[in-house]
Amino acid sequence: MSEERLPPVTQVAVVSFALVVSAGIYLAALLPHHVALGPAVALLACSALLLVGNVIALVLAPAFNWPVFLGVAKWALLAYVVIAGFIEYVFVKDGTRGGVLAILTCSLVVFAVHVPLLIGFTVARYQPR
Amino acid sequence: MADIAVPAPGAVAEAPPRPAFQIVPLRGLPIVAAVLVGLVVAIESDKLWALDFFHVAGGGLWTGFDLFLGFVLGPILGRLAIPARVEMTTRLMPKMLLIMPTLVTVTLASGWQLGHKLGTIQSGYAHHGWIVASYIVVGVMAVIALSVLEPANVAVLYELKKPRPSPEVIQRLMKRFIYTAGITGAMQIATLIIMTKVATA
Repeated sequence: MSEERLPPVTQVAVVSFALVVSAGIYLAALLPHHVALGPAVALLACSALLLVGNVIALVLAPAFNWPVFLGVAKWALLAYVVIAGFIEYVFVKDGTRGGVLAILTCSLVVFAVHVPLLIGFTVARYQPR
Repeated sequence: MADIAVPAPGAVAEAPPRPAFQIVPLRGLPIVAAVLVGLVVAIESDKLWALDFFHVAGGGLWTGFDLFLGFVLGPILGRLAIPARVEMTTRLMPKMLLIMPTLVTVTLASGWQLGHKLGTIQSGYAHHGWIVASYIVVGVMAVIALSVLEPANVAVLYELKKPRPSPEVIQRLMKRFIYTAGITGAMQIATLIIMTKVATA
């Protein structure tokens, strides 16, 4: 059986999720007091970098089934944009504003993009071109 | 460590019989939409009962599903004969793709709003440590579910849609699904302890 090597997208995504979830927990744990945004920004930036790294690694992968990936990921993206939208709505509704809201919004963007990417990848890696 | 693209190695000439199914059951979408509309109404009205209902009902079902899948159905599924496992999977997994994200969204969104209303998410709350512990438990479950469990679930269904699905691929993905369902089931016990502690504090 011939096997094509693919980048470690799943492992990188796990680390990225862990970082972005940590940023969210850090902010949520300290509300409503003044929160030092530095640690959350650092965690979010690392998570976003891993997301970008995953996208680049996939683009450079020679034998990846893009049609299957895109067919799955677009619907997953729609679903996760709705989910992230709900969570954002609750944050806005309860009066979260400013830097905290910006970080939480960016965290949700990372979440809403990375989960569909991972779902699409997991499906496509088992589908030969 | 790198992931491997597996070109459907063990594709068999005679695939086990499978019922026709949709990966995402479209008939369930109106129900999901109705639940989400109810959630928005509850949050907008900011009524204690409505928020409590969505949080307790959603959280109870989420915990129950995870415990049942992790400790009852998962082990049974792992021991079934292949055709029975395939049939069970094609009937169960599509529904789970709609049910679980909906329950998680409802529980978290109503829970945050409820915590805001009751003051339990404020860092000055007497039992704030338990609340932060619940964030951590939910965070770990989210990382496991989103990075392993759900992608495996979708990939199994996609494989089963093929005219000749690979038993090897299905077995590998199902193993991931069953193990991670067990882990999230175990973590739900921590959720039960934390939530009952907060509710009786």
